Amino acid sequence: MIRIFKIALRNLMRYKRRTLLTSLLITLGILLVILFSGLAGSFKTMMIGQITDSNLAQMQIHKKGYVSSIDTMPLNITLDSKAYKKIEKILKENPDVKAYSPRIKLSAMLSNFTETTNIRLNAIDPEKEIYVCPNVGERMKFEDNKTPDVLLKPGEIIIPEKLAMGMKIKIGDPVVLVANNKDGSVNGLNFKMVGIIESILGPQGKEGYMHIKDAQSLLRMEKPEVIEVALRIRDFERLDKVYEDLKLSLSEFINKKGKAVFEIHTWETLSPFSNIANMIDFMTITMKMIMIAIVLISILNVMMMSVYERVREIGTMSAIGTSPGKIMGLFLAEGLSLGLISTLAGNFIGILGIYFLNIYKIRFAFGKMDNLLLSPTIEISEIIWVSAIVLLISVFASFQPAYKASKMEPVDALGHI
Amino acid sequence: MALVQVENVSKIYQTGEIEVAALSNINLSIDKASFVTFVGPSGSGKTTMLNLIGCLDKPTRGKVIVNGKQVNAFNRKQRAGFRGFVLGFIFQSFNLFPVLTAYENIEFPLVMIKNESASKRKDMIMSLLDSVGMQDQKDKFPDQLSGGQKQRVAVARALVTRPKLVMADEPTANLDKKSAVNVIRLMREMRDKYDTTFIFSTHDPGVMEEAEVVHTLVDGKLV
Repeated sequence: MIRIFKIALRNLMRYKRRTLLTSLLITLGILLVILFSGLAGSFKTMMIGQITDSNLAQMQIHKKGYVSSIDTMPLNITLDSKAYKKIEKILKENPDVKAYSPRIKLSAMLSNFTETTNIRLNAIDPEKEIYVCPNVGERMKFEDNKTPDVLLKPGEIIIPEKLAMGMKIKIGDPVVLVANNKDGSVNGLNFKMVGIIESILGPQGKEGYMHIKDAQSLLRMEKPEVIEVALRIRDFERLDKVYEDLKLSLSEFINKKGKAVFEIHTWETLSPFSNIANMIDFMTITMKMIMIAIVLISILNVMMMSVYERVREIGTMSAIGTSPGKIMGLFLAEGLSLGLISTLAGNFIGILGIYFLNIYKIRFAFGKMDNLLLSPTIEISEIIWVSAIVLLISVFASFQPAYKASKMEPVDALGHI
Repeated sequence: MALVQVENVSKIYQTGEIEVAALSNINLSIDKASFVTFVGPSGSGKTTMLNLIGCLDKPTRGKVIVNGKQVNAFNRKQRAGFRGFVLGFIFQSFNLFPVLTAYENIEFPLVMIKNESASKRKDMIMSLLDSVGMQDQKDKFPDQLSGGQKQRVAVARALVTRPKLVMADEPTANLDKKSAVNVIRLMREMRDKYDTTFIFSTHDPGVMEEAEVVHTLVDGKLV
C-alpha cells in the first residue's frame, strides 16, 4: 500500500505545475471554508451570546398564547404565583437549568414633567436576572460609569439611551411612569433614573428596566404575577435537548379544555437574529458546496488528463499482469494523495490564518453595537469534517478516470499513440 | 509437450464493413526453453501473433494453448493473472515507468503481482541486475539510461517473476545494431540461465541470425 502511494506521489510530481496549480486551488478552497467557518461561526456565537446573555435569555416560559401576542405586550396573559411555583419546581428539578428569573413586560407613559412618551419596560428581579443574563449590565451606563452591585433597586429605572437623549433626561433625574393595568385602570409612580441602556438588536432590545416589585405596584397586581420566566442552562450546546425536556415537563399542565397552560421558547423563536444565524449556516454550507465543486472538478480534470496521457503506461501495467483492481487503486491513490496534500496544506494555512486573526482581532459594529471584536475559532470536528469531505470527494472524482484506466484493453492501450 | 500450441488460429479485424485478416489458419508449436523469432515484413502479423500467444488479445477462430491452458477461453481477469504469473513482456519502446528507478521498474511486477517480501524481492532484483549488467545503474531513472540499458532493465523486469515464457515485440527496433545484438544475446543468456522460453519478433536480419527457430509470416500466413 505504501508503495502504491509512493508511486502515486511520484506520478503527481511528474506534472509539477499542474499538480501545484490544482493543489493550490483545493488548498484555497479549504482555506476559504476554514476562515469563513471560523469568522462566521464566531460572529454567530458572539451575536447569540450578546442577545441571550444581555437581554433575551436562552429560553423563556410564558402562559400559553403570550408569544403570539407579544407585540401588544398583553397584561392579561400572566403567570400567577401558583403557576410560577409550578414552573419554579420544574426548573429546580432539572439539573441542566442553571438559573431562572421572573419578568414582567409592560408598556407605559414616561414623563419628565414637561414631555411624555411611550416606553417599553422589562421589569426584573435584578439579583436573579444577573445569573440569567450575565451581560445585562454591560449595556448599561450608570453614574460616574460605575456599575452598582445590584443593577436596580425599587424606585429606580433605567431608560433606553435614545429615549433619555430625546427627552433630555439625565442620570439622577426624577421621572413619572403611568401605566394601565389589565383591567384598564391607570396608575402612576415616581422613579429616579439611575442609568441608561444601549439598544440591542430587535424590538426587545429597546426596553428600559425597572424592578419587578415596582411593576407589580404600578400595575396594581393584588397578588404577584409575572409575564415570563427567563432561564439559562448550564451547557448551551444542549439547548435543544433541555428545551425538549422542559417542554415535555410543562406539557403535563393542562387547563380544563385539555390544552397546555404554558409555552416555552428558545431564543431562536424569540429573536429575529435567528434568521441571520440560519443565513450564516446556509452561507457556510454554500461555501462548503463551492469547495466540494472545486475539489471535484479540479481532481476529475487532473485525473482524466493523467489517464489520457498515460495510456501506453496503463497498457504496460496491464500487459505485465497488473490486475484491473490494482490499476484502479493506483489512480485512486493518486487522486487521494492530491486531495490529502491539499487538505494538509489548506488546514495548516487555515489554522494559521485563524491564529493571526485572533492576534489582529477584527473590530466591527453591528446595529447599535460597535467596537465588537471578532475572535474566530474553528472546532477540530469542523476541520475533520472538511478534511473528510475533501478526501472523499478526491476519491470520488478519481473514480471515473481510474475505472476507465482499469478497463483499458492492454492490446489497445499499448498501440495508443 | 510443447509450451505453446497454436491450432487453426485466425485473427480478423473489422474496420467498418471491411474485414482484414491479420492471421489466417496458423498452426505451430513452440517447445520449452526455446529461442524463437517471428520474422516478416510490416503488417505480416508478427505483433498479432505475439499478442495472441501473450494473452493480450483473443483469436477470432482457433485455439491458443500456453503452458497447458487454453488461454483464448480466459476472461479478462484470468488473462491478467496468467500474464502476471506465466508470461513476461519486453517492448519495442522499452515501456519502463518513468517515475521509477531501474531497480523499482524491475520490482514493480513483484509488488503489483506477486506480493513477495521485501528481502526476497531485493535478492531477486539484485541477482537479475547482476545478470543483465545493470547493478551500478539501479538507482537511475529511465531518462538517465541509454536505449540499450533501458532494454536490459526491461529484460530484467520481464524475468523477475520467473515466467515460463517471455514475449518480446521488436525488442531491438529502437536500438543501434551493436546494442540490438547485445540485447538479443542477453535474452539468450537469460534463456540459458533461467530455462525461460523467449519468443520475439523482428525484421532485422542481424537479429534473426541469433534465433534458434525462425517462423516467417507473410500476409498473416506461416511460410
